[in-house]
Amino acid sequence: MADFLRIYGLPTLITVVEILAIIVPLLLAVAYLTYAERKVLAAAQLRKGPNVVGPFGLFQPLADGLKLLMKETVIPTGANRGVFLAAPIITFTLSLIAWAVIPFDEGMVIANINVGILYLFAISSLGVYGIIMAGWSSNSKYAVLGALRSAAQMVSYEVSIGFVIVTVLLCVGSLNLSAVVEAQRTIWFCVPLLPMFIVFFISGLAETNRSPFDLPEGESELVGGFFVEYSSMAFALFYLGEYANMILMSALTTILFLGGWLAPFGWQPFTGVLGHLWSLCWFFGKIAFVLFCFLWVRATMPRFRYDQLMRLGWKVFLPLSLVWLVVTAGVLVATGWLPVGGG
Amino acid sequence: MAVATVLQAICFYAFSGIAVASAVMVISARNPVHSVLFLILAFFNAAGLFVLLGAEFLAMILVIVYVGAVAVLFLFVVMMLDINFVALRQGALQYLPVGALVGLILFVELVLVFGAWTISPELTAASGAATPALTEMSNTAALGSILYTKYVYVFQVAGLILLVAMIGAIVLTLRSRDGVRRQKIAQQVGRRREDAVEVVKVRPGQGI
Repeated sequence: MADFLRIYGLPTLITVVEILAIIVPLLLAVAYLTYAERKVLAAAQLRKGPNVVGPFGLFQPLADGLKLLMKETVIPTGANRGVFLAAPIITFTLSLIAWAVIPFDEGMVIANINVGILYLFAISSLGVYGIIMAGWSSNSKYAVLGALRSAAQMVSYEVSIGFVIVTVLLCVGSLNLSAVVEAQRTIWFCVPLLPMFIVFFISGLAETNRSPFDLPEGESELVGGFFVEYSSMAFALFYLGEYANMILMSALTTILFLGGWLAPFGWQPFTGVLGHLWSLCWFFGKIAFVLFCFLWVRATMPRFRYDQLMRLGWKVFLPLSLVWLVVTAGVLVATGWLPVGGG
Repeated sequence: MAVATVLQAICFYAFSGIAVASAVMVISARNPVHSVLFLILAFFNAAGLFVLLGAEFLAMILVIVYVGAVAVLFLFVVMMLDINFVALRQGALQYLPVGALVGLILFVELVLVFGAWTISPELTAASGAATPALTEMSNTAALGSILYTKYVYVFQVAGLILLVAMIGAIVLTLRSRDGVRRQKIAQQVGRRREDAVEVVKVRPGQGI
């Protein structure tokens, strides 16, 4: 037993500290993303946005969180209790565990696994379960409609996301996320793979159920969609999960296409601790930029109609990404640039 | 090292225990949606067992394909169908002998295979060459070299068979119904000014 503690105790403790070091800032980021969203939308609509609670309304997210915490959790009579309560927990957990493989800087990652990108893909494809379970267990027609829409939508857009990821992997020769970033030292993948970058960004919007693809929520026709019956912390967990997924999708876009923590043109004026901070700043800056694009799109685009959404996914993005995959493979083989990696 | 094996054993028994328990729940749960959810749990634990074996690629693919796509469609269908599963279950006992027979045959075959390995270990040399050791290449690369390099034609044929099956399913179920209003985008884009607008000169006081 002493052996056990000596070998596993300290690493476990370190891992727990690392997990906390990611989750606490992440939750803060989620809180202030809601604030940023309201401010960006307000700016786009020539309003002021939240500006009452605290300086510039900066304490608004905390007030909102406190309000949700104080409310009562209502479980509808016809609801399937176990599934109803499990759904928000699953959504929230899935949005957190994906961060285990995100590399923030060279070597700054909790689990540097070989199949990191597949892990992320798997986790993001599981996100639909929270929504389906919530929709079904609520025993409400609006919730079920939202869940059905969401299931079809996420399964459709995953296909094109998969092909985009394969295209990137062809250029990298590895499934490891750190290797993906390192492969972009010469040029960020958003330049040679620009169409794939756009397809990935739009599919990311659909995968996170963001406007203009927010049909599962569709407040104008489904009064709030799959979480219409949820209140209090259960609702808050859905909300946190959705925004954490947005940040995750931005981080994934950054890693796959915008060079992760790399500054443009290998610009690295600092070394040591400052160098790490410099990389982190670039990484977070790029995430913030992609997030701003998410909000910008929301402020600009009207919601898609459902058949248009399906048409875009299956008839436009899928053929486009397939063709681009074949072209990329052909170019890589013809020019001899195909990376032959171990893995 | 002994500690690592103990931990591995704990993980193995946890994963396989939960997998077996949830597999039992799949067939014994009263609610079909609960059955599918337990099936997903069983898939998950199978993926955990793959990770323990060092086959992390297979584990991820299992989660992506089965949990992320197949089970979603399962759940979708089960949620939509309005089947009285209690009534369906009434006659389930009469299939018990057949099910037991199939289970027995599978069990005997497994015992034969693994028994042969244990009794005469030299038999394993006669079976197909194993993949290269994990120290030489990762299991992603090993799978890739087997599927896409060594057996690429067989793999392509398998893909073609699936394609034929898919097209067959579409042909069998696709029917164009009358009275359904669909957006025909080609038609909308192909509209010309002459078809849509007519310019008329109206003289004052006369109308058209």
